[in-house]
Amino acid sequence: MGIDVSQFVQAFLEESFEGLDLMESELLDDEILDSSCNGERINTIFRAAHSIKGSAGTFGFGFVGEFTHGVETLLDRIRSGQRPLTEDARALLLEAVDRIRDMLIAARDKSPLDNEAIERTRKAIDAMLESEPGDAPAAAARESREKSAAPAESRWRIRFSPHRSLFATGNDPLRILGFLRDLGTLAIECDDSALPKLAELEPESCYLRWTLELEGPATEAQVREAFEWVEDQCDLEITRIDAPAADTSRDSEAAADASSLEGAADEPASTDAARAGRADQDRRRAADRRNDAGSIRVAVEKIDQLVNLVGELVISQAMLETIARTDFEDFDAVHLERLRQGLAQLERNTRELQEAVLGVRMIPINFVFSRLPRLVRDLASTLGKEVNLVLEGEDTELDKGVIEKLADPLTHMVRNAIDHGIEKPDARVRAGKPRAGTLKIRAAHQGGNIVIEVSDDGAGLNRERILAKAAERGLNVPENPSDREVWQLICTPGFSTAEKITDISGRGVGMDVVRQNIEAIKGRLEIDSTPGHGTRMTIRLPLTLAILDGMSVRVGDEIFIVPLTAILESLQPKADQVYTISGRGRVLNLRGDYVPLVSLSDVFHLPSSREQIEDGICVVVESAEDRAALFVDELIAQHQVVIKSLETNYRRVPGISGATILGDGRVALILDVDMLTQMH
Amino acid sequence: MNAARQRDEAQSAERRRELLLFRLGDETYGIDILSVQEIRRYEAVTRLVNTPEHIKGVINLRGTIVPIVDLRIKFNLPDVTYNEFTVVVILNVVKRVIGIVVDAVSDVVSITEDDLKPAPDFGAQIDDDYLAGLATVEDRMIIVLDIESLITTPELGLIDEASAQ
Repeated sequence: MGIDVSQFVQAFLEESFEGLDLMESELLDDEILDSSCNGERINTIFRAAHSIKGSAGTFGFGFVGEFTHGVETLLDRIRSGQRPLTEDARALLLEAVDRIRDMLIAARDKSPLDNEAIERTRKAIDAMLESEPGDAPAAAARESREKSAAPAESRWRIRFSPHRSLFATGNDPLRILGFLRDLGTLAIECDDSALPKLAELEPESCYLRWTLELEGPATEAQVREAFEWVEDQCDLEITRIDAPAADTSRDSEAAADASSLEGAADEPASTDAARAGRADQDRRRAADRRNDAGSIRVAVEKIDQLVNLVGELVISQAMLETIARTDFEDFDAVHLERLRQGLAQLERNTRELQEAVLGVRMIPINFVFSRLPRLVRDLASTLGKEVNLVLEGEDTELDKGVIEKLADPLTHMVRNAIDHGIEKPDARVRAGKPRAGTLKIRAAHQGGNIVIEVSDDGAGLNRERILAKAAERGLNVPENPSDREVWQLICTPGFSTAEKITDISGRGVGMDVVRQNIEAIKGRLEIDSTPGHGTRMTIRLPLTLAILDGMSVRVGDEIFIVPLTAILESLQPKADQVYTISGRGRVLNLRGDYVPLVSLSDVFHLPSSREQIEDGICVVVESAEDRAALFVDELIAQHQVVIKSLETNYRRVPGISGATILGDGRVALILDVDMLTQMH
Repeated sequence: MNAARQRDEAQSAERRRELLLFRLGDETYGIDILSVQEIRRYEAVTRLVNTPEHIKGVINLRGTIVPIVDLRIKFNLPDVTYNEFTVVVILNVVKRVIGIVVDAVSDVVSITEDDLKPAPDFGAQIDDDYLAGLATVEDRMIIVLDIESLITTPELGLIDEASAQ
């Protein structure tokens, strides 16, 4: 079989995106401007650019390689000390990183590309290269590029006469023809005159010859590329049959490449700034989408660990099997002891294996954090603010699914913090604070949860303004609301306190979407704010979506799982702690606070074995909004459960968030605490 | 003439369907065997909350949560008992795995489309929508169900209304 390059394209794209991320993060580090100690960083960036350029050519993304070449040249000069890395150069390099990313995304999704922006960046790079003495070739190249910028339609005649042994090397002419067809309109004529009689035909020989006419914006190099693997096994003749003098210089190739991109675009690129803004958003979105590809890169150590654990598992199994072969008469206390040991070992193996397998899904949160410095930098300069970004706990590992869904809400929170939270430098100085605001994002493990804090030292939330706004919008506000209740109001749909609607935030679809996104991954959002001192938003997330720490409780004959993260406490209620509110159900007096009492047997219409309130147990749970005391018959045990969806084969059941399988193989339902607290 | 008949036979042979027969009370029902994943003994289910009576609950089928529907309750059969003959037919239809409780599984038969006669109006007992027709095999009448329509009918409440559309 011929080598199908397309199967490696995915890997190339992934690597390139990683390379770009690396370039970006290195460029954003301010240390890089210090020429005394930036050598290693610039080397890293250079290597990333170089490998993108190199592999882009191999995989048929010549135009990416062409573009990256200029970037590489610039980096090379900086690396060799011919020129310093100035703030301008850094901005330009960052812009170039964006353009390369655009091109790769466009190539991957076959989506339209803003060629003008690319051309602009390319010219800027050339101009920067040119600005140095003794750099004539670059300037000349730029000129000739401008001259030959017109799109070139070309026609090629290709005579392709493979040797008989072509198949033996595993090449397939059909694939070559297919590749050419992607380059333009292809007329194929097959010459089968060499074909022998069927009886004499050797099925493994190639007797056919082809004459092809290709019409389209293809360069000779592109056409030749199709035959890259069969060059030694065929007679190949490529002639250009349309008029203009065959100019095969690199510059005209580049122009043709650019025009082929333009040809793929659905609409011509526009200079309209608004559209450029939209394209920028699309790019971010498209860049995000790459993470949903459904593949995961796993560290080799993690795989090795799995292999080791499976090895141990096999040993335990063999040990148990040996014991099991013992005749019944010979089975004595010694064997029993060994059997117990074997089982204990098996249990340990299983647990370790479970942890290791789940660990495969865990990736460091840096995956999301790494894009924040760029976002903060861009936002701060757009808004004329000064922001120091402090990231902590980048190595904290989280489930891949959670991390992907965390990117959007986190980005939004960062935008909010910079747009609404941190004040302009002058205002900060007036308030006696340093000119530059500090935005701190911290990830850490806390019990069974991951906690992510986004805190700023800005103006803080304004209680009066939020309340006024809520009244204006006709939102439901509790009487004498606590600060916490007021802060939660900003998460209500349609709420936005921004005085002016900026491009960055304040369109009223802010925090409520953030909260929804976070709740969708079973997380919780807490808001804390001190006027004048800043706001802290905390996201609490379960470690993984697949496993949950739960408390199993019994109601009648049924067993339910209450997520441990929601449980505040459990207590045996006394009759005088429970009061009835006419028509509104019952409440539990919890040290002076009245908490609604939700009897699971009533909510779920189950028979309960408890007649008296004293016989049961109250599990006090807390949801995002509310607290409630769940009344159950008995607490059974605390354990980790694997979450299974009910919706795969059935449907959503109100009050139930999923199911799990208990140790004895029975199914138990997992309670949806948020919904239950609202059900009372 | 002869050739035409042979062609007819060939055509009807192509349209042959294998049916799994099962009993609900005194009646024999047939469903397309291709929709059957496996047959199991009835075992204790975990009850779901606030669901119609005919949805018995869910079971753990090698790690998958599978809802169990008792067709006898759904079809208003007089006595619904659970004994050693009660079986659960696990179906795999519309990308879902669902179990139905029946009194007994009896046979697998092969019928042609021609054997399938339209059913008379049953009134409200069984909705015509999921009745594919009636067939006669060895002098027994078989009620052939269109299992896909049955599973997706909102009346059975197995699938969210939104996702059923």
